[in-house]
Amino acid sequence: MVLLSILTIPFIAAIILLFVKHNEKANYVAIASSAVTMALAFNIAFNGAANFDADWILSLNARFILTADGLAKILILLTAISFPVIFIATSKNELKNRNQFLALMLFTQTGLLGVFLAGDALLFYFFWELALIPVYFLCSIWGGEKRIAITFKFFIYTFLGSLFMLIGIILVYSNTTDHSFLIASFKNANLTAGQQLAAFALFFTAFAIKMPIFPLHTWQPDAYEQSPTAVTMVLSAVMVKMGLYGVIRWLLPLFPAAAASHANFVIVLSLIGVIYASFIAIRQDDVKRLIAYSSIAHIGLMSAALFTNTSIGMQGVLIQLFSHGINVLGLWIVADIIEQQTGTRSMKALGGLAKKQPTLAILLVGFAFANIALPLTNAFVGEFLIFNAIFQFNPWMGAFAGVSVVLAAIYTLNMVQKIAYGSVSDATNLMQVPNKSAQFVLIVLLGIVFVTGVYPQVLFNITADTLQQLFVK
Amino acid sequence: MKLIIGFIVLWPLVGFLFNGLGRNIWSKKTIAYKATGYVLASFILSIIAFVNVQAKGAITVHYFDFINTDTIKIPFDFKVDALSSLFLLVITGVGTLIHLYSTAYMKDEEAPHYARYFAYLNLFIFSMLLLVLGDNYVIMFIGWEGVGLCSYLLIGYWFTNTTYNYAAKKAFIMNRIGDLGFLLAIFWLIVKLGTVSYGTVLTAESLAKLSTTDITAITLLLFVGAMGKSAQIPLYTWLPDAMAGPTPVSALIHAATMVTAGIYMITRSNILFSASEITQHVVAIVGISTALLAATIAIKQNDIKKVLAYSTVSQLGYMFLGLGVGAYSGAVFHVITHAFFKALLFLGAGSVIHAMHHEQDIRKMGGLKSKLPITHFTFLIGCIAIAGVPPFSGFFSKDEILAAAFAKSPIYWVLGVIGAAMTAFYMFRLYATTFLGKFRGTEEQAHHLHESPFAMTLPLILLAVASAIAGAIGIPELMGGHHWLSHQLTPIVGVTKEAALSHSTEWALMGASVSIAVIALLIAVNRYKRQADGEPQTALGKFLYNKWYVDELYNNVIVQPLNKFAGFLKETIEKNIIDGAVNGTGKVVQYSARKIRLIQNGQVGYYILFMVLGIILLFLCWFNDITIHRFFNN
Repeated sequence: MVLLSILTIPFIAAIILLFVKHNEKANYVAIASSAVTMALAFNIAFNGAANFDADWILSLNARFILTADGLAKILILLTAISFPVIFIATSKNELKNRNQFLALMLFTQTGLLGVFLAGDALLFYFFWELALIPVYFLCSIWGGEKRIAITFKFFIYTFLGSLFMLIGIILVYSNTTDHSFLIASFKNANLTAGQQLAAFALFFTAFAIKMPIFPLHTWQPDAYEQSPTAVTMVLSAVMVKMGLYGVIRWLLPLFPAAAASHANFVIVLSLIGVIYASFIAIRQDDVKRLIAYSSIAHIGLMSAALFTNTSIGMQGVLIQLFSHGINVLGLWIVADIIEQQTGTRSMKALGGLAKKQPTLAILLVGFAFANIALPLTNAFVGEFLIFNAIFQFNPWMGAFAGVSVVLAAIYTLNMVQKIAYGSVSDATNLMQVPNKSAQFVLIVLLGIVFVTGVYPQVLFNITADTLQQLFVK
Repeated sequence: MKLIIGFIVLWPLVGFLFNGLGRNIWSKKTIAYKATGYVLASFILSIIAFVNVQAKGAITVHYFDFINTDTIKIPFDFKVDALSSLFLLVITGVGTLIHLYSTAYMKDEEAPHYARYFAYLNLFIFSMLLLVLGDNYVIMFIGWEGVGLCSYLLIGYWFTNTTYNYAAKKAFIMNRIGDLGFLLAIFWLIVKLGTVSYGTVLTAESLAKLSTTDITAITLLLFVGAMGKSAQIPLYTWLPDAMAGPTPVSALIHAATMVTAGIYMITRSNILFSASEITQHVVAIVGISTALLAATIAIKQNDIKKVLAYSTVSQLGYMFLGLGVGAYSGAVFHVITHAFFKALLFLGAGSVIHAMHHEQDIRKMGGLKSKLPITHFTFLIGCIAIAGVPPFSGFFSKDEILAAAFAKSPIYWVLGVIGAAMTAFYMFRLYATTFLGKFRGTEEQAHHLHESPFAMTLPLILLAVASAIAGAIGIPELMGGHHWLSHQLTPIVGVTKEAALSHSTEWALMGASVSIAVIALLIAVNRYKRQADGEPQTALGKFLYNKWYVDELYNNVIVQPLNKFAGFLKETIEKNIIDGAVNGTGKVVQYSARKIRLIQNGQVGYYILFMVLGIILLFLCWFNDITIHRFFNN
């Protein structure tokens, strides 16, 4: 039941929010509900939870089945931590119709949690769309100047992806022996080689767009740039994980043969994307776009590691899913504070933050070094295992991927230098002490960075069973 | 013992947190006492650990599992043996003195910055201790990158200065290139052996499992890491720029400790390195080339810290020469003596800069001998030590490396002696220009010239004593000594094969190198005791003055093309080609969409309402379904 309640709480809170017109009160409702969700998520992650299983659409034999294994747990934990953090950090930002905004955010949260818990393909698809649709509204209504065009691109892109996936689901479903959407039935479906390949391609396209994998990534920097920051945070911290999750939960187990035969292709594509995005990040002047490309690079590493089909790579990805979310959240929050107070995201106009607001600069530097996976920060462990897996797969590819270690240092330190160091610019001079609540969540996030960086075993323990299922036959 | 060893590392971390978090709270006095005190505490515990190793031998202690999964296990273990305990003493010992010195040197900084400075310094000691204490390559790597971080933070300590920020960034990125090599070596070890713990990797059994190619690749990759951290060709250009940091930082990090990490790493992995002929040649050749290149540059520099920086690069080159010819204990010996005299020289330079009100150009100094007597005298000892004049410490360690080099190939020896002559020359050029002759600075500077306070001169005196007598730990048997150090290191590097040279050859080599160095030294003093160098006139002079134009070369051949490439990807490929294709497709879709958009009325409330209704409908589907089923079944 705890699994069902973690889904219904944000959903009910969202409906309530539609009727709470008062901004302050709307904030409280959103924060309170997401805090309860977070408590439940901790409970699920550390105590384990029974599955939930009920009839759903009987005529199709689709079931409302929720399961929480290590993979689900780590992502639920990330989702549940992200939302209150985002709500608190952006609680002071100007927004019209705040209650509607928050309601849509909570619908998204419901969808995300559902995606990670669903054990039935149709249910998975249902939540997948539930997570996406509110985002279109959030971007197109509350976004930046170019929001309409950008949201349209985003919409078309992901809509196409979803469509492919739906076709894929139907294809596999129609070949299951017991006409069921359950993962187990999907695994045992009688697919010809051609059908398996087609289904693999359909699923892969959907997930590749979501991650995104090069060259399907161009919607992402635009969407990150034009979305309201709270939405950008959801997109980059949690939503991109839907693609990776899909690969781990559905793509690899369902079509192992096709995945193995296309491993080279996917890994090479991913790694090209990693280096490509890193190079582009070096030349960005807009903080948001820089973080966006940096994120594409980091996600590319994860997707490459997944297709190496090694236990070490899977382990790395499982914890990196979480760590990447935490780090990118931290960076976004700092970037948002700067943008809110200076009115600019252009690094040319910034500088001298370390002199003007030392505390914020320290936090920025902390997340920046976590972003480049400095040892004893959380990202090191994950990326260490990830690079290891790619190297194991093919040493040359490992070395090629490794170049991103250097490139990441270049663009991240560029960013730190331009924002934090130098003399105080006119824009930076407008900075005031960031509000206590934003500072508080940043410190909490940085705490997570170091705790899981020094003692990553916490995360390993959560994800251990998934690894067992996938690699110990 | 487990606790004692743990606290050697923990105290500096406590200091970091104390000053880092309390930077707006504590008074400068508290900050200084705490920061220095924590490192001193580590030093005392290090002595205990050292004595324990002497009495009971090496120990390994386990704290927790850093990474423990089905496929890989990386324990958080420390190893205290002869090698790491020696490094512990040097790091915490010299570290304490430099902290003490800093309390006075940095006294003009405001309290929060003063705290920040000491927090970084403490964090550096913490990372460096992790580096040498770790019992596997991953822990070493943690410290390895950690010292890189601290170096970055300290070079850019005066962060409003853009030039300094560039220097800091350059240091970190060049180090990262090296780190990548190190990282790949670790992966290679994991793939082949499944472990990175010294206890398993550095054994004959593991060696047997590795092919020659594996060993060569692993050692070369490790060496790439060492090139970055220890500033060897081609990754050395960050070190001279690193002089942007406060002078005590240059002394501690960029001379005495961090840059010797590469030597530590190779000495630790000596079993692997000795097993690859190719790597040994590469190490020796890179080492001697770096030693010579840096020495030629040092001859023409006029910034007191730049001369010392190139001198450091050059001396590190000697150490790598030693490693390349298999003289591991000689290299470690030189690490130790170099730590003393180079820290001394840098701190002496700091004392001069302090007295000169931040003037670093030696052409504007001169005649400081009488004004700064303690600084002068100790600096002179440092110069004699580095020049290799017996019986000062540098002589013994350099001689050991040169003798081993001769045994491997006389060419190495000849080049080594040429480098030694240059070393003597540029050091005494520096000494004479700075301290002898007449004062060439401004009236005002002359008026304010003063000897530094006790907190600064005390470290100078102690380091001068150490520089003078530290050779005693490695007096060769040739001179009736016992060579305590090489006996110490025998368990780690094996019995150092005494170079198969007859005693008479050894005496001859020693005599030759010392007399050449002394001649060079006298020429330098004679030439520079009255006047300083003018602008370089000859083509060669300009070439050396401009550091062989290596920075310009890197900039034009690597940095700029890569930057252009990035711009090309961003502007052409990304914007026009990839996104162009996407948008082209989009336009077609958009056209058709325009036809059906009339359904949308633009009211947010409606959208949300419909969405919620839809969701609820789907949620309730199962309910309907059941009813329908029942209906049909009835």
